[in-house]
Amino acid sequence: MRYHCRMTRATKDNRKSLRKQLHQVLPKTCILETPEQTIPYESDGLTAYQQKPWMVVLPESIEQVQTIIRLCHKEGVPVVARGAGTGLSGGALPLANGLLLSLAKFNRILDINPANRSATVEPGVRNLAISEAVEKFNLYYAPDPSSQIACTIGGNVAENAGGVHCLKYGLTVHNILQLKIITIDGELITIGSQALDTPGYDLLALMTGSEGMLGIIVEVIVKLLPRPEQAQVILAAFDDVVKAGEAVGAIIAEGIIPAGLEMMDNPAICAAEDYAHAGYPVDAEAILLCELDGTNEEVTEQIQFVENLLTQKGATSLRTSQNTAERLKLWLGRKSAFPAVGRISPDYYCMDGTIPRHQLPFILQKISDLSKEYNLLVANVFHAGDGNLHPLILYDANIEGELERTEEFGGKILELCVKAGGTITGEHGVGKEKIDQMCVQFKSLELQIFHDIKHSFDPQELLNPGKAVPTLHRCAELGGMHVHDGLLPHPELERF
Amino acid sequence: METMNRTRELQDHVRAAFNDKTALKIVGGNTKHFYGNKSNAKKTNVIETRIHQGIISYEPSELVITARAGTPLKEIEALLAENNQMLPFDPPHFGEHATLGGAIATGLSGSRRPFTGSARDFVLGSKIISGKGDVMSFGGQVMKNVAGYDVSRLMVGALGTLGLLLEISIKVLPKPNTEATQVIAMSQQDALITMHKLNQTSLPLSALTYENEKLYVRLSGALSAVTSAQKKVGGETLLHAEKLWQEINEQTFSFFTESNNKPLWRLSVPYIANIDLNENSLIDWAGALYWIHSDKKAEEIQQHAIEQGGSAMLFRTHQVKAEKNAQDCFMPLPAKIKQLHVNLKMRFDPRGILNYGRLYSDL
Repeated sequence: MRYHCRMTRATKDNRKSLRKQLHQVLPKTCILETPEQTIPYESDGLTAYQQKPWMVVLPESIEQVQTIIRLCHKEGVPVVARGAGTGLSGGALPLANGLLLSLAKFNRILDINPANRSATVEPGVRNLAISEAVEKFNLYYAPDPSSQIACTIGGNVAENAGGVHCLKYGLTVHNILQLKIITIDGELITIGSQALDTPGYDLLALMTGSEGMLGIIVEVIVKLLPRPEQAQVILAAFDDVVKAGEAVGAIIAEGIIPAGLEMMDNPAICAAEDYAHAGYPVDAEAILLCELDGTNEEVTEQIQFVENLLTQKGATSLRTSQNTAERLKLWLGRKSAFPAVGRISPDYYCMDGTIPRHQLPFILQKISDLSKEYNLLVANVFHAGDGNLHPLILYDANIEGELERTEEFGGKILELCVKAGGTITGEHGVGKEKIDQMCVQFKSLELQIFHDIKHSFDPQELLNPGKAVPTLHRCAELGGMHVHDGLLPHPELERF
Repeated sequence: METMNRTRELQDHVRAAFNDKTALKIVGGNTKHFYGNKSNAKKTNVIETRIHQGIISYEPSELVITARAGTPLKEIEALLAENNQMLPFDPPHFGEHATLGGAIATGLSGSRRPFTGSARDFVLGSKIISGKGDVMSFGGQVMKNVAGYDVSRLMVGALGTLGLLLEISIKVLPKPNTEATQVIAMSQQDALITMHKLNQTSLPLSALTYENEKLYVRLSGALSAVTSAQKKVGGETLLHAEKLWQEINEQTFSFFTESNNKPLWRLSVPYIANIDLNENSLIDWAGALYWIHSDKKAEEIQQHAIEQGGSAMLFRTHQVKAEKNAQDCFMPLPAKIKQLHVNLKMRFDPRGILNYGRLYSDL
């Protein structure tokens, strides 16, 4: 699939001129342009989409980023920013006629301030590296996406990354204080502050999850939390996914907010067990992993309560971690679910919808029906506490037409999520992947205001163009796919 | 049907104002009218959101409530309390008729804020009327949602200048099983050191507040955890602590009522800030929020807050309107940030009819 930005007015001459100027201002080691050099950048974590960038730059200082952005702005050449490239929605997919700006060299932790419970980091610092660096102060950075060993904080902010501990500790948007960004005209601005709130509009919230469309993040101040005194996890097996889903609601209804509450169905359990040997019951239809953290007294009290509750709700077996090693082992199976599924199938496609929790039985039944209809297997991994589903569709890209069928199947799952009152993306972002489903989630008025917000920051649409928000015409052209109640969406648009 | 009519009524009102360029003053329960600038529009017309009220959906096990903006806060809080839940950001009411819309438009949060989060942290979705009269929905009723820009959180604290709030979905939390407040006599200097120390522990804290030689430490959670933490924190257990927290949040506490007619300033600063304006203050949020009565010049107070990495705003004043209007209540923004504000305002409210001037005199 050739991905080319149609919006840009930049010509070959503009690129030629930009190339010349970049060579003048950047050291040789900061520029990659031969095919062998640029091929590692042709896709992010969503490898089904590939496009070699026109040119890759790896600046080493904020001033260099400013210079690069100013030059791109002057020449009208689009820019795609990239962190570790672990994103799962094609948000960092390059442009054939655009610059790829890698922030990989911005990998220093600049300051740790335990008394202020904050750390100042460059965008290319890995998520897990922050928690590791502040461990000596008994602090940690809460959001923990599965890719935390590799993904970087700049990308986490751009995608508003979540993880297994969001239910209690929130997403990236809840765990950052300040950003420094370069605007499209090359200006360095500070959004947010070291205080808990800042005058004016909440631009920090607007930037978080904006998928590189509004500015280039060059520094992040994250909030740190004290490590809980105690954490234990219960593994509960169920002979029925619906019962497991009901148990999730029951725990929360009892006034308990677990630090993590995860669910996996049988295919996911089997794949994970085979890979991680965490001791998961492979004969179970579903398992729940429920982690409780806090003070020693609180955790002891709640563990007992939740164990009883899970038994009442029909758990067929329970196992509770007695020490950190056991706890981490139980999590290992869940955290390696994606690579584990990768071993049992040539390819898999990870979806990311969110639903109100009580809709779980409805969605699982529908996914199961669709799985039969498309003749494609599905393994379900589910951040059950916050209703975020990750169905993994198993396919083989070498079989002609199977990727297309998989994408269609995935699209239908997302539309079902919207129908169930949820959303097409909980934490992976829209990127290139879910751009068509945005037409299902939003009406043209909302899409228009999204474009308006983009234009407030980037009037020429040079920052990551073509991602996250579809054009109204694109939605209108797709209209035939999404006829609801006999009404065509976007009737206000001309069709051509 | 009724709701549709109410939505339509508000929409028609905004559309009419858009057409004849009449500035609209958005009023809910009118309990926070003192907050922010006075509108400086020549022709102003009041649009009341209280006609648009009612809880739309609430499912306790989903931890989400959706209500119309004009719904009284006390109605929402009463329903949540019946189910042993709460609005986790302690919105101040400042009057009997406070509405959900007002709480979100001002974005104010109480003493629990450093430990559980702020108003904006708990907003999941919103339905608004733009300055053109368009009804739009953003976010939703689920905890995790990254489809589209986060317009719902952008509305929090925007004082209605980007859109009239119609409906809001909020994440709620269970009420803690037990709460207890320890009070410890100490100097401000010692209190700040103690707050910073406690703030780095995993004790079940829900407030760290200092006033008049006393540090108040609120603890919330399981009974066993609170009991054990009380011993670790020390001091004496305060009886009727709920009343104290209510009074601090509603600003009926003696510190707020005995102002000697001096304006009340709100300084939002890093936890470790060293605020020294030589004025009587109440310190909340573990050191990150200072309430100060002072008739010092705005520039002096704001400059001090900036030097400490934070900001200062004029929260309440007894001065007459004209004097108050001499400058913005909120601290001036850097030029480029201001430009982004103006750009956004132009897109959401191109004719500047929604609460024009309330946040900044030119927004």
